[in-house]
Amino acid sequence: MRLFPATPPPGPFRATFWRSPLRGRWLTSVFGALLLVGIPVLFLTGLFSYAAYNPELGNDLTPSKGVLGFYLFDWPTRPVWLYAANQGVHVIGGLVLLPVLLAKLWSVIPRLFSWPPFSSPAQALERLGLVLLVGGALFEFVTGIMNVQYWYAFGFSFYTAHFFGAWVFFAGFVLHAVVKVPLARRALRSRRIVEELKVKLADTRPEGDPEEDSLVAPAAAAPTLSRRGLLGIVGGSSLALLVLSAGQVLGGPLRTIALLAPRGRSYGEGPNDFQVNKPAAAAGVTAAMVGPAYRLELRGGTSDRDLAREGLLALPQHTYELPIACVEGWTTWQTWTGVRLRDLATFAGAEGSVRVFVESVQESGVFSNTVLSEDQVADERSLLALKVNDADLSLDHGFPARVIVPANPGVHNTKWVGRLTFGTA
Amino acid sequence: MARFRELYGTTPLHLLAVVASFAVAFYAALKIAGSPSGWRIAIWFVGAALAHDLVLWPLYTVLNRIARGHRPGPAVNYVRVPALLSGLLGLTWIGLICQLAPDTYRAATGLEPEPYLERWLAVTAVLFLASGVLYAVRARRSRS
Repeated sequence: MRLFPATPPPGPFRATFWRSPLRGRWLTSVFGALLLVGIPVLFLTGLFSYAAYNPELGNDLTPSKGVLGFYLFDWPTRPVWLYAANQGVHVIGGLVLLPVLLAKLWSVIPRLFSWPPFSSPAQALERLGLVLLVGGALFEFVTGIMNVQYWYAFGFSFYTAHFFGAWVFFAGFVLHAVVKVPLARRALRSRRIVEELKVKLADTRPEGDPEEDSLVAPAAAAPTLSRRGLLGIVGGSSLALLVLSAGQVLGGPLRTIALLAPRGRSYGEGPNDFQVNKPAAAAGVTAAMVGPAYRLELRGGTSDRDLAREGLLALPQHTYELPIACVEGWTTWQTWTGVRLRDLATFAGAEGSVRVFVESVQESGVFSNTVLSEDQVADERSLLALKVNDADLSLDHGFPARVIVPANPGVHNTKWVGRLTFGTA
Repeated sequence: MARFRELYGTTPLHLLAVVASFAVAFYAALKIAGSPSGWRIAIWFVGAALAHDLVLWPLYTVLNRIARGHRPGPAVNYVRVPALLSGLLGLTWIGLICQLAPDTYRAATGLEPEPYLERWLAVTAVLFLASGVLYAVRARRSRS
């Protein structure tokens, strides 16, 4: 029984349509090997990114996760740069891998039109799996790259879509890796990369026999680019994306060369002139809401306490240099001064190991409140910060008081804190 | 076993891997379907692949053929390499460059979203300039 006519339809379904002399299993396997390392790194940092929100404490943006939250663990507070590094690797790593992904897709695109579309059930299933792989990869890269630009045109919850999309993608990725790795290993052994990098344009030939490797074009045109040239372009593209964005993670003077990154901009030279996430106006917080009548409410201990900002300043102050790092892959290090969260717990009469429910005076917004874990409260560097770089916090940075916890996602370093409720699980 | 191979096309282990992979994907897809805008996520999932295969790939292929038609031979690289880099950077950061989400950018950063078009044009200019200089230097060297 024949499902498809023996003669392929015209156009890309015919092998003679394809002209590039560079395509072949070896080239595809080079890109594949890079993705084989890179994609799992992105997947794992993505999973960690979710764990960093401590969803089990009630900070869950994907409450329908089901068994896909099996790996969740209490997010640690050390090293203090843990979250910054995780998000930096995830976001900048994704950008760097984008050219490799596109090159990989280019190298195998003749297969999209292979004829017959499948010749066995195994092949049909494998091609169905490619929908998960290719759809998943592009979906994850597109939503991730849009999200870091605050471009929410997709109209669905980024957290939900990127999390479950990652699982669909990774399921397709693992299947593809299991099936193709043996083939790719053989292909990679067919020529040594060091030797290939010496081959000039004039000596560039198709990889092999089109009869044995359907990626090799039987009607290849004369090359206008060597294989090392193509690898150079892909590497150069990755390098360009890296150089023009990594500064938003590394900070300092490097931020100025992150020309094409959402957080590659300067706010000025003053003590409060650093990256803001949601200025007061955007959060609906006004100076009047945190004026002289402001009191921090401490709850959950043996006695309810209300403290004016002066009262907070009268408690023992501690100063630490800590990063604010955002899920979108940017970081800024500042020197914060304030009261330890654990001292506030003791002051309120909450003894022992406690967690805290933090509420902002901000009236709405997903991140106007958060729960911090016992370990986060107990860390000596976890502060309710009143000052930054020796100056009072500005309203945009959370005046009169904000949370700063080491390795905490930026959105959990709640600004304009109005109430802390200590308690046990 | 031979019978299975003949019917299925390869080993049972392959089928096992397929089933395991599809089971995980199906579970995650069910979760997506259960979320408030599940259908929209599904459209974007399929749409992303179609946009690449039916828009982006044909587009850059046609542009490449046009460039090669105008300048056969390797000299075309001095145009298409900076064009490719500029295009990739432009496509990656199109939301910033074309100010496609000015309100959310402002609400997140407190800054006006305007410098990115200029920055991208400047990067593009530097890329083409560098490529031009390289071309001139190499052309001169090969003449002498």
